Amino acid sequence: MDYSIKIGGEAGQGIQTVGDTLARVFARAGYHVFTHQDYESRIRGGHNFYQVRLSDRPVTASLSRIDILAAFDPESIDIHSAEVSDEGRIIYDSSALRRTLEGPRFLDIPFSSLAVEHGGNRIMANTVATGAILGMLGMDMGILLDIIAATFRNKGEAVIKANNAAASAGFVFAANNCSGCSFALSEQTGPKMLIAGIDGISFGAVASGCKFYSAYPMTPSTGIMNYLAEKGKTFGIIVEQAEDEVAAINMALGASFAGVRAMTATSGGGFALMVEGLSLAAMTETPIVIGLGQRPGPATGLPTRTEQAELQFALHAAHGEFPRIIMAPGTPEQAFYLTNRAFDLAEKYQVPAFVIFDQYLADTQWTYEAFDLERVIYTDYRLREDALATVADYKRYAFTDTGVSPLAVPGASRHVVVADSDEHDEEGHISEDAGIRREMVNKRIFRKMPLIREEIQPPLLYGDETPAIVLVGWGSTYGIIKEAVDILSAGNRIAMLHFSELYPFPAARGRKGADGKEWFDYLTFLRNAGKTICIENNATGQFAGLVRAETGYEFTANINRYDGRPFTTEDLLGELHGHIG
Amino acid sequence: MAILDDYKGQTPAWCPGCGNFSILKTFKDAVRELGLGPHQFTIVAGIGQAGKFPHYLRCNTFNGLHGRTLPAATGIRLVNHEMPVIAVAGDGDCYGEGGNHLIHAMRRNINVKLFVHDNQVYGLTKGQASPTTHEGTMTKNQPFGVYSGQLNPMALAVALDCSFVARAFAGDQEQLKSIMVEAVRHKGFALVDILQPCVTFNKLNTFEWYRQRVYRIEAEYESTDRIKAFERSLEWGDRIPLGVIYKNSRSIAEERIPAIMELPLVKQHVDNSGLAELLEEFY
Repeated sequence: MDYSIKIGGEAGQGIQTVGDTLARVFARAGYHVFTHQDYESRIRGGHNFYQVRLSDRPVTASLSRIDILAAFDPESIDIHSAEVSDEGRIIYDSSALRRTLEGPRFLDIPFSSLAVEHGGNRIMANTVATGAILGMLGMDMGILLDIIAATFRNKGEAVIKANNAAASAGFVFAANNCSGCSFALSEQTGPKMLIAGIDGISFGAVASGCKFYSAYPMTPSTGIMNYLAEKGKTFGIIVEQAEDEVAAINMALGASFAGVRAMTATSGGGFALMVEGLSLAAMTETPIVIGLGQRPGPATGLPTRTEQAELQFALHAAHGEFPRIIMAPGTPEQAFYLTNRAFDLAEKYQVPAFVIFDQYLADTQWTYEAFDLERVIYTDYRLREDALATVADYKRYAFTDTGVSPLAVPGASRHVVVADSDEHDEEGHISEDAGIRREMVNKRIFRKMPLIREEIQPPLLYGDETPAIVLVGWGSTYGIIKEAVDILSAGNRIAMLHFSELYPFPAARGRKGADGKEWFDYLTFLRNAGKTICIENNATGQFAGLVRAETGYEFTANINRYDGRPFTTEDLLGELHGHIG
Repeated sequence: MAILDDYKGQTPAWCPGCGNFSILKTFKDAVRELGLGPHQFTIVAGIGQAGKFPHYLRCNTFNGLHGRTLPAATGIRLVNHEMPVIAVAGDGDCYGEGGNHLIHAMRRNINVKLFVHDNQVYGLTKGQASPTTHEGTMTKNQPFGVYSGQLNPMALAVALDCSFVARAFAGDQEQLKSIMVEAVRHKGFALVDILQPCVTFNKLNTFEWYRQRVYRIEAEYESTDRIKAFERSLEWGDRIPLGVIYKNSRSIAEERIPAIMELPLVKQHVDNSGLAELLEEFY
């Protein structure tokens, strides 16, 4: 069982509500779900779609082939009807679209009139459509009714009843009129969690003890601010909407200096404004986590679309030389745990740490049985009242073997804490002394960097352990490459190598892992494969460039997509066909 | 009570005769009068001659970037609203580079004090026009005279309903001290514009030039009347008013944030007992 449902329409028609609701229904029923969204940068009109895939086995990408298309605008039919399989169905409301379509795949469902008739308001046309899709699939209504009750809890019994009636009307209509529908669902199991990439980051921030978040709204990072603002009161988190990104990062640095874990997030254009603050974080050795949600540039680019073109920007941004950490999760689960690691490492080494993602990862939803909260790490590396009481002579930038100096909370003791953006002495005061400068650079870069590199985990290997073909990716392409490997492994010795901890670049050899096992020598692994193909959602192969710079290794081929859209499994298979025959 | 030596920092590298010396001395007197030990308040400084201020003191310091004192100060203050936070910047720093932050700090009414060393010129970069330089002034970079209008920070602040608006003069230490003390005690964002002669690069606005023009605002002046304050804020030229021009009792940002109503953020321990409940929301 593997069905894909596409809901298409104009912005403002509520296609996101239908998509979100269906995804939630399927996840609660225990199916594996994957969703992705495609929308224009506008509040009303245009053409957008929401795609939901459900299966009885894990799914990690969208397919191009559609089984049910719910068309809320004529464009949905014009653009997407060719994607619908022969056994599939296209549901639409002929009165709303002002046209009738002939053919075995089309099913005219009067969403609006059923909404008026049963719910009392045509605004419930979405609810009718949601019910109709469940009716076509032959799935019972129980979970949907529960979700309606929870959604409209605050709007009163009458609204819940009206929506129930509208959903049931759609359900019954579709069940009675979908002649020849051959959809068959596998048996339901226990509920699964459904989580989007952006929520993985946000939840990860809460779990990491983030207490302060300042940002300026910018797609695709705004979801983090929404989430943290909602949880702020319960979890003691201040969320401040700054006047600009310059203020956002400086506020977060002030907060971190004052003694709490702080984060900001933005997209490329906003990060361009933050770059000066990134340098301040480095010089003052103030821990900070920066979420960087990539979208296609340059400048305003394609504001609501996806690209992986800010890796080299994140690597090189800011004046001066200093260490930084870059995490690039490939799934909502990785987003959760890697955000947690970013907070831990940023504070442990007093450096800026990035969580770099993109619109595609931000918006895609995945299902899981659960996240293991036992895996969440939290160590408070700051010196507070008790720890400071025993310190005789505190120096914020004291030289140590590790390069990491004691990070005291100002006001928590009689010691004064001095942080400075100028080059400074151990106490934090301005110094232009050449010897001090040299020692401070040694401390910030040469002492810390090797220790941070030790923490970085090698890439993840999926598939054949002695492959002839290796598909390499980083960040959000994880799920798509994984599905391609699954399909191609039938006739090939093929594997995926996925990088999610990008900088400091993971060591290829020379040590054992924490579990005592031999460290994964991924370079030899790559060299032993005949074909290594680096797949990136950008034009110039930024990750391939990083690998070349760090290791000298050159992939045998590259596949790049840079039209602002994510790969689908079929697209990638088509591209791969030319490389591996 | 702290003694003056407690605040002693590096030897200042300012030009001899600089107006900053009297601001530094007065500041020490003011914090001593306020009963604040060096560890009990934080100075956030920018870049410029004023930005070096905290290095010539001993106290908690965040010496950040040019123009960015107020965002950093806002972050510090939101995390620990029991600690006084004083931003120190020059006219170029907070009226030029950081103008946007000044506007929004006043709107936000974060309880931060901004002391501006306003010498009407760029000192550290050697003599260019600042936002408060008089129109027509000739400099190396403006050889045909400054054509931008002179920024009036007092009028700007009154227009934005800034909670505390005052002007002081480095040559009147007695009044400067009382304004500094009042600003710190005031609940709300405070802008104190301190006229401070630059003895090296500003040959017009000298100690003597200011002395001939400044006057202390009369005792019976009603500083809570915004319209009158606006009128007073427009005075410049032959007569320059010194004192508290405007104040109001708007509620501060720190009072309106639910997460810190009971305890400053820095004193709240990270408690992950609610995480399982958050996880449930994804089902």
